[in-house]
Amino acid sequence: MGTDTIARLELKSITKRFPGVLANDQVSFSVLPGEIHALLGENGAGKSTLVKMIYGIMQPDGGEIRWNGERIVVPNPKAARKLGIGMVFQHFSLFEAMTVLENIALGMDAKIPARELEARIKEVMSQYGLKLEPHRIVSTLSVGERQRIEIVRALLLNPKLLIMDEPTSVLTPQEVEQLFIVLRKLASEGCSILYISHKLHEIKALCHTATILRGGKLVDTCNPSVETSRSMAEKMIGGNLKTIEKAEGRAIGREKLIVNRLNMPARSHFGVSLKDITFTVREGEIFGIAGVAGNGQNALLLALSGETLTDDPGAITVDGAQLGKLTAKQRRLAGVSSVPEERNGHAAVPEFTLADNSVLTARDRLGMVKVGLIDQKAARTYAGEVISTFAVKALGPGSTAGSLSGGNLQKYIMGREIMQNPAVLVVSQPTWGVDAGAAAAIHQALVDLAAAGSAIVVISQDLDELLSLCDTLAVINEGRLSPAMKVADADIEEIGLLMGGVHGDPAATANLHPELAHAHQA
Amino acid sequence: MRIKLEKRPEPSTLMAFATPIASVLLTMAIGVIVFDALGIKGEKAVIDIFLTPLLSSYKWQDVAVKAAPLIIIALGLSIGNRAQVWNIGAEGQYIIGALAAAGVGIAAGGAGGGIIITLMILAGILGGTFWAVFPAFLKTRLNVNEILTSLMLTYVALQVLGYLVGGPWKDPNGRNFPATAPLHADQTLPILFPSTTVHLGVAIAIVLPFVFWLIMSRSVFGFQIRVVGSAPDAARHGGFDAKQTIWLSLLIGGGMAGLAGALEFAGSLKAINLGFPSGYGFTAIIVSFLGRLNPIGCLIAGIVLAVTYVGGQVAQTTVHIPNSTAGIFQAMMLFFILASDILIRYRVRFIGSPKVSALPAAGE
Repeated sequence: MGTDTIARLELKSITKRFPGVLANDQVSFSVLPGEIHALLGENGAGKSTLVKMIYGIMQPDGGEIRWNGERIVVPNPKAARKLGIGMVFQHFSLFEAMTVLENIALGMDAKIPARELEARIKEVMSQYGLKLEPHRIVSTLSVGERQRIEIVRALLLNPKLLIMDEPTSVLTPQEVEQLFIVLRKLASEGCSILYISHKLHEIKALCHTATILRGGKLVDTCNPSVETSRSMAEKMIGGNLKTIEKAEGRAIGREKLIVNRLNMPARSHFGVSLKDITFTVREGEIFGIAGVAGNGQNALLLALSGETLTDDPGAITVDGAQLGKLTAKQRRLAGVSSVPEERNGHAAVPEFTLADNSVLTARDRLGMVKVGLIDQKAARTYAGEVISTFAVKALGPGSTAGSLSGGNLQKYIMGREIMQNPAVLVVSQPTWGVDAGAAAAIHQALVDLAAAGSAIVVISQDLDELLSLCDTLAVINEGRLSPAMKVADADIEEIGLLMGGVHGDPAATANLHPELAHAHQA
Repeated sequence: MRIKLEKRPEPSTLMAFATPIASVLLTMAIGVIVFDALGIKGEKAVIDIFLTPLLSSYKWQDVAVKAAPLIIIALGLSIGNRAQVWNIGAEGQYIIGALAAAGVGIAAGGAGGGIIITLMILAGILGGTFWAVFPAFLKTRLNVNEILTSLMLTYVALQVLGYLVGGPWKDPNGRNFPATAPLHADQTLPILFPSTTVHLGVAIAIVLPFVFWLIMSRSVFGFQIRVVGSAPDAARHGGFDAKQTIWLSLLIGGGMAGLAGALEFAGSLKAINLGFPSGYGFTAIIVSFLGRLNPIGCLIAGIVLAVTYVGGQVAQTTVHIPNSTAGIFQAMMLFFILASDILIRYRVRFIGSPKVSALPAAGE
């Protein structure tokens, strides 16, 4: 850290109000030149809102922003970039069909000739060791490489402050390590970094200071190297962490779900096709599928739930019954339930009531339909049971799904499927955007369902979640599934390499883990 | 001071009811202003178009007879519109429905009575349904936009009409006019009230909205249509077939338009000539949206639009404006209803300018 006493960025009592919520409540902290400052908090704690105001996407309702000691108003992102604030978003804004160079050129405020720009890009890349081929088409790049485009785009402006919004949520462990090297180098040159995350071990490894937000309020500003992960987590969550209770020596029974050489063409030009997916899940087993986003997880869930059909009836069997050509409705009747990643508009209809949303997937299994008419009373009763059993915070079965918070809606959706006692449950990102309390409840419900003898498939990008929840684990990459491994003897380095797949950067990985990278290539 | 649209936490029920009413009132207000500016008595014109048909009891039967086809077609279209399937070709389906009914009437020769009339009505439904098969097939098989195909088929239907009434079905005693022979008295729909023009079709148009309401709100089919319209991915997740939904909503839309055509033919006009298509199939699109795609809403909106038709004729004689002025009012209503739809999901907020004046952004 520099000896400079004037903060690069200082926030004083920043307040931002949205209809029904106070997203930021009197938040004050400052970032020094060359400091890597973590902004830590759960989903919905107000981190993104805060940085959007720093970057000029939104305006605060109260408080002030100071830049090098001077009070400023940032009317828009262009003004922010002019000040020297760069931002790398969690969701990239890249044109898939264009080259790296074209994408960077499009994002620049000033018009720079292509040749000159390419020279500058190469300069920035060699300076920070960012490997990127300027003439590659973006659709052929891995997520880590795409992120590098965004970083280069930000670095071309010589930022004084770089904001990184959840940068590692889509990266493999090796890519995370490479990113950290770049960020440390930037900081050593005096660039301040505001690093948004909820991953505690990363913050301990990388950041000088951590500001913790909870429910829009600043809880603490601390030094992560003297805090423990647990103490920071408890500040973030505001209570004691609950651990999953797994019954010791759980019996894993006979084979229940067998997926054998499941193939599925891509649904769109940039979609991912499934190639020879093969795995087996036993009674009482929780089978995890890890992988970086966009590697076929969605296609796999759709193929298992019956939203897309295969031509091979034997590609999916449950208790010996062939399901490959059965529709989603028929598979539900056969005992296969699913929870897709997207809550609003896929797992549930936001403008429908919770009762109507129970009709969506439970109508046939629970007999809510009589001579073509919906038994409204049965739907309301069932929705009420789900609400009380899963402690969903909702006014009642008549509340619309859209009126629930993300975590509560997720609990409702999980409950709606689990209480139908499925033989097989396939869930994708079960705790995505869910607060810690709800996440713990969802994990416990999955463990309990497995204990009752169901076979469960959990598709998640959160490796920590899979390692704590699952019995068995496989990695999906480019639509291919790795062989399964026992979680008990899984090697995180190996999982990371599998997640990177052929698209990982073997040369760069070799620098970090020569022996492993070698083994991977062989 | 800025004006800002802010998303509501939940869609406003109040606005769902208020915006159709506001649209009608705005249409009337703009009408007064525009006609005054043109040097026509705007107030009188608007009163004649919107109020006279309601205030003078002898106009009620006209309103009822004109509302019937609008309501019936709009009911069918609302199902498609709910499911985001856009059938713009109800006019063509209406024509083919009427022609199918006429065909049965002609084939029956002089025979009439309940059975023949029932067959004519069924033929009308089948005719309209048949005309919707083409857009449905093209949409589900080849992903051809149903807006284009259904609209274009309307012009094909007009050609079919022209061919039949000018050729094989031309009235031999009709002085060579391109028109079918008038229906026999016992092939026409029964009149509900003696010495009026209110026929059986009006009763059907009053009953059907309640049947459709029951289907849409209580049945699995209605649920399917609502889910597909609100969240197609959720519909797929719930096990509803998207192609089946397209087929059903287009066929029901066609069937209802065909029914309306048959009823209009057998109940009101009793002969088909080149002037038979009167734009009901297009006006019903307005009815459908003004009625909020709700069957009971369609019943009310159908009456409102029928009033403007009848009122247009009144204004023609009283303030000497062309009959087609009613069309302008109908179009204005559609514009207002579509534009004000945003108020259901968003609210308007007036925001004072921020207290801190913008300092220069260059702080280096």
